[in-house]
Amino acid sequence: MELNTLTIKQAGQMLAKKEISSVDLTKACLARIKEVDGKIKACLTVCENEALTQAKTADARRSKGEQGELLGIPMLVKDVIMTKEVRTTAASRILDNYTAPYDATVVRRLKAAGAVLLGKTNTDEFAHGSSTENSAYWTSRNPWDLTRVPGGSSGGSAAGVAADMSIFALGTDTGGSTRYPAAFCGIVGLKQTYGRSSRFGLMAMTSSTDVPGIFGKTVADVALVLNKMAGVDKNDATTVNDLVPDYGKELSKSLKGLTIGLPAEYFIKGIHQGVIKAINQAMETFKNLGVKFKPVSLPLTKYALPVYYIICPAEISSNLARFDGIGYGFSEQNGVKNLYETYAKSRGKGFGLEAKRRIMLGTYALSAGYYDAYYLKAQKVRSKLRQEMYQALEEVDCLLTPTAPHPAFKIGQQVDDPLKMYLEDIFMVAPSLAGLPGLSVPCGFAVPDDGETPLPVGLQLIGKRLDETTILRVGHQYEQATEWHKQKAKI
Amino acid sequence: MQLSKNEIQHIAKLARLELTDVELEKYGAQLSAVLNYIDQLKEVEVQGVEPTAQVTGLENVLREDVVRGWDKAEIEEALNGAPEREGRFIKVKRVIE
Repeated sequence: MELNTLTIKQAGQMLAKKEISSVDLTKACLARIKEVDGKIKACLTVCENEALTQAKTADARRSKGEQGELLGIPMLVKDVIMTKEVRTTAASRILDNYTAPYDATVVRRLKAAGAVLLGKTNTDEFAHGSSTENSAYWTSRNPWDLTRVPGGSSGGSAAGVAADMSIFALGTDTGGSTRYPAAFCGIVGLKQTYGRSSRFGLMAMTSSTDVPGIFGKTVADVALVLNKMAGVDKNDATTVNDLVPDYGKELSKSLKGLTIGLPAEYFIKGIHQGVIKAINQAMETFKNLGVKFKPVSLPLTKYALPVYYIICPAEISSNLARFDGIGYGFSEQNGVKNLYETYAKSRGKGFGLEAKRRIMLGTYALSAGYYDAYYLKAQKVRSKLRQEMYQALEEVDCLLTPTAPHPAFKIGQQVDDPLKMYLEDIFMVAPSLAGLPGLSVPCGFAVPDDGETPLPVGLQLIGKRLDETTILRVGHQYEQATEWHKQKAKI
Repeated sequence: MQLSKNEIQHIAKLARLELTDVELEKYGAQLSAVLNYIDQLKEVEVQGVEPTAQVTGLENVLREDVVRGWDKAEIEEALNGAPEREGRFIKVKRVIE
């Protein structure tokens, strides 16, 4: 058996029975990375030595009688999440040689639980994008069709799990960056409630919507990882003190009597026929599981993207101000005459096209004379959007929508049209702006209009605030009734 | 709305970004297109609506005002990122002309 193809649950059982060691498992993942990552290009850094050392430590802990679901389980981590002693680049030239002095809280917690860091994965620069095409290094490939994008921004992590290079992976999700690539790559992706897990050590993009994301091969695996990550952190004042439930506990509970809302505004013209077919099929499955569907209306949905593309660049322009060529990161030294030039030349050369575009857009939206018309207006519309979603969720247990309007697109297809690329996030950004949890689960395949290879389709479940339990349960029960999550790309 | 080259240059200066002529031109057209798209927010009535700056409902999260120690290795690691150092200090260009 190829150990790298295991789920956390499966590997954990074998580790517990001493049938395999963490070193075996880690070696299998590292071998898989060597075998296929030349084609997929998911990883920016592979830390083989550190991984094997951590695996040995995990084995030693187990031999002393310690147990734990993640003890000795390998993971990949998106390269906007800081890791001590292993470089963190944000896929940006400005941080090409940067090594963080500490681990992000979520990494620290997972390492404490015994997870083994295999390496850091590709992303759009500073997570700005939906395809990894904005990476300063390279574009990652979709394991299902190497001419297509894996989605983004956490595309390297999604492709890495889909290609069995790792047992699970971490991403981030600001406006869809975990759910969207999960759908494109045919795996499970969770965006948590804002405030559920710490953002400390995540390179800030849009601080008011950034959350850590989890990629897994099954919903049950994602629940296991969330158990170890969630909870208040004194280093992140926006984490909430609410009790962290055992997210695995209710997975097996039947869905009988549950009501799922279908927002009409998410089933619009322009969605790929194959996606619609897959979602309709999934709804039949849910009905057989005893779920009732209820139409709900979210008329402000169409304003979610324009709100997001004010708030997101505004927060980016502020957050990326810290890259100034002084404290760390790339610093232009040639022909620099004064402090202003240190700033402007280091930033001009260090940032890629999309990062600069968003800084420009955000600076404009926040500048004198435009603040009220853009930023303040967007924050007010955000209040209405949020209220509308909260109200809709009072009548149902969760919402169901497609994750993306179409399957994975070809590399280079829309790279020159930023507005078109922003529209990719259409089903993702409203729950982000409202701080709600969202889960993408594989629900079938669709043949794209410009190709023949069937590509994965995902469905999105949007839950009530802090109610990851329900969407995980709905996703898990769906998974038990279907085989989609077991399909593997042939690379 | 169409942003002029002067306006783009002004924004770039505020953002401390040195842009090439090609970038200035490209961003002029692209930012105008995005702003036109965003203009549809004008349709939404927001009178009396409070803006949302955060979604957690948390208020005044405080901590003790105490110094927390960093170990020496971490301090070195953090300082090592700077392009120019002098002992425990980061060297910068003259601030006051």
